[in-house]
Amino acid sequence: MFGYVIRRLLAAIPIALGVSIVCFSLVYLAPGDPIQTLLPPDADAETVDRLKRLYGLDRPLPVQYLEWLYRVSTGDFGKSIASGRPVAGEIYRSLGNTVLLAGLSVLVAFSIAFIMGTIAGRQSGTWIDRLVTGVAVLGVSIPNYWLGIVLVIIFSVELMALPSSGMASDKFDPTSWEHLQYLVLPVFTLSMIPVGIIARTTRSAVSEVMNQEFIVTLRANGLPEWRVLKHAIKNALPPVLAVMGLQFGTLMGGSILVETVFAWPGSGYLLSKAILTRDVPVLQGTILVLSMIFVLTNLTVDLFQSTLDPRIRRG
Amino acid sequence: MSTAVSDAARPGAPTGATELALPKQRGYWGNVGYRLRYDPVTLCFGGLLLLIILAAIFSPWLAPFDPYQESIIRRLKPPGFQGRYWLGTDELGRDMLSRLLYGGRITLTMGIVPVFIATLIGGGLGVVAGFAGGVVNMIIMRVTDVFYAFPSVLLAVAISGAMGGGAGNGMIALTLVFIPPLCRVAETATSQVRNLDFVDAARATGAPLRLVLWHHVLGNVLGPVLIYASSLVSVGIILASGLSFLGLGVKPPEPDWGLMLNALRQAIYVSPLVCAMPGIAILLTSISMNMVSDGLRSAMDVRS
Repeated sequence: MFGYVIRRLLAAIPIALGVSIVCFSLVYLAPGDPIQTLLPPDADAETVDRLKRLYGLDRPLPVQYLEWLYRVSTGDFGKSIASGRPVAGEIYRSLGNTVLLAGLSVLVAFSIAFIMGTIAGRQSGTWIDRLVTGVAVLGVSIPNYWLGIVLVIIFSVELMALPSSGMASDKFDPTSWEHLQYLVLPVFTLSMIPVGIIARTTRSAVSEVMNQEFIVTLRANGLPEWRVLKHAIKNALPPVLAVMGLQFGTLMGGSILVETVFAWPGSGYLLSKAILTRDVPVLQGTILVLSMIFVLTNLTVDLFQSTLDPRIRRG
Repeated sequence: MSTAVSDAARPGAPTGATELALPKQRGYWGNVGYRLRYDPVTLCFGGLLLLIILAAIFSPWLAPFDPYQESIIRRLKPPGFQGRYWLGTDELGRDMLSRLLYGGRITLTMGIVPVFIATLIGGGLGVVAGFAGGVVNMIIMRVTDVFYAFPSVLLAVAISGAMGGGAGNGMIALTLVFIPPLCRVAETATSQVRNLDFVDAARATGAPLRLVLWHHVLGNVLGPVLIYASSLVSVGIILASGLSFLGLGVKPPEPDWGLMLNALRQAIYVSPLVCAMPGIAILLTSISMNMVSDGLRSAMDVRS
């Protein structure tokens, strides 16, 4: 076990470094000199030169990368061009909201999809299986930014039952409906894709387990069907939990469209605003943090899964 | 009775008057076509997809109005068959039906072209990595792992956002997003085939590497790669529209479905039905693409 953990941790380091290199080079993908993103277009050559020296942009790229990596690892992501405030603070403020949104969405998705998938997997080939499979395909085919708009039209514009966007206040209070109601539509919208993916995974995991010999043995021993199902679920759960964990990481980075639709003040919304204002430091910082979270979630899921299912360690 | 069957089964044996011939032998593609013919769901969605593609191709002849023609007096007309605008008009008074038809050209192109290019590049890299093994495999697959370590939406937004948006940059970003997963699928399939006896046998009989790759490797790798690529087209269309929705893809006044959705978002209180339309177009396209891809997967008997 210990050896496996060490191996996985060591394997994650080059990936994390690679991700940081990609994020660092994002600035150089921008058209023109990176310094021009910091300056008004009519700045004179002298100012440009001075700023270049100031930011170390006159030095070779590998040196710049290492300096940037050092600054970032100490939590210094530079200053936002649009607001002038440190990027780290802006990301920190928004990240909690995205964790809340993505976490709730994955939990909601898991509760719906696991029941759907188990029923379908147990009775594979029946009409209910086809129905679940159809819903799962719909879940992954639906553009969730559009679904968000449709839900706003139905529940906010027509029924006037739920708020269409934003958040009640900066301080989130999970006990008050006043605050929770802002989450209902975004969480439902964001959970559509994971519902599709988790339902598919559960369905195939359960139907595979149901065909194994120990299930026949359990039934032959006269166990009631619900207890047979309990054994089946226990065996089908590890891959489903793994997919659920991976989906959390995906939603953390992929909530940008849904957050934009609902003006949810999370990291995705921050990113979408940074795109509109061409705020490259915010763009770079947010993408780095979100992709690092994705790498860490994947690593955690791997390690967690290997404790649940020791067979994986040998693979 | 049993002798009659065994007689008929033996090649060259004279078939009796009972005509107990073997069932007609089909090739691999014959089998695929046979299975598809008895899969009504896939056929229906395939037909829908074909219709959408044809409508996009022939939009200049099908569209009743000029999709760029604005009018202040006929803004946000509701859909209905009484007026001249069957699907209503948008926030600048342009005919929705014409814009949706023309929009299909842009949206489908932005979704399909990146998958096509990524299949060539990613698939090629994967076959090379899987067949070469060793250091080459390590270099290609570790670089792939890095790009795999980004959620796809985030990577697409990051690259096109840094490059400054626009349809071309959006397509480059999507291509980069799709290369790593395609490379992985191709690499897995290739390294499985590489160790099979028939590849060794072909090499041992002196077949040149080029021919072994073409006949033995590609023949077995192409199926999984193409199936996977077809499932990516729907992702591509959703992501491409998403980029345009964020202001990173196609620029106004081009009629892209994602961009139309974003522009019409301001009008949900006035004309909710019209607002929902571009999304319905995206949904219909992506769901039929997914169903066709699933149908092909089971018809071609490809394990995911």
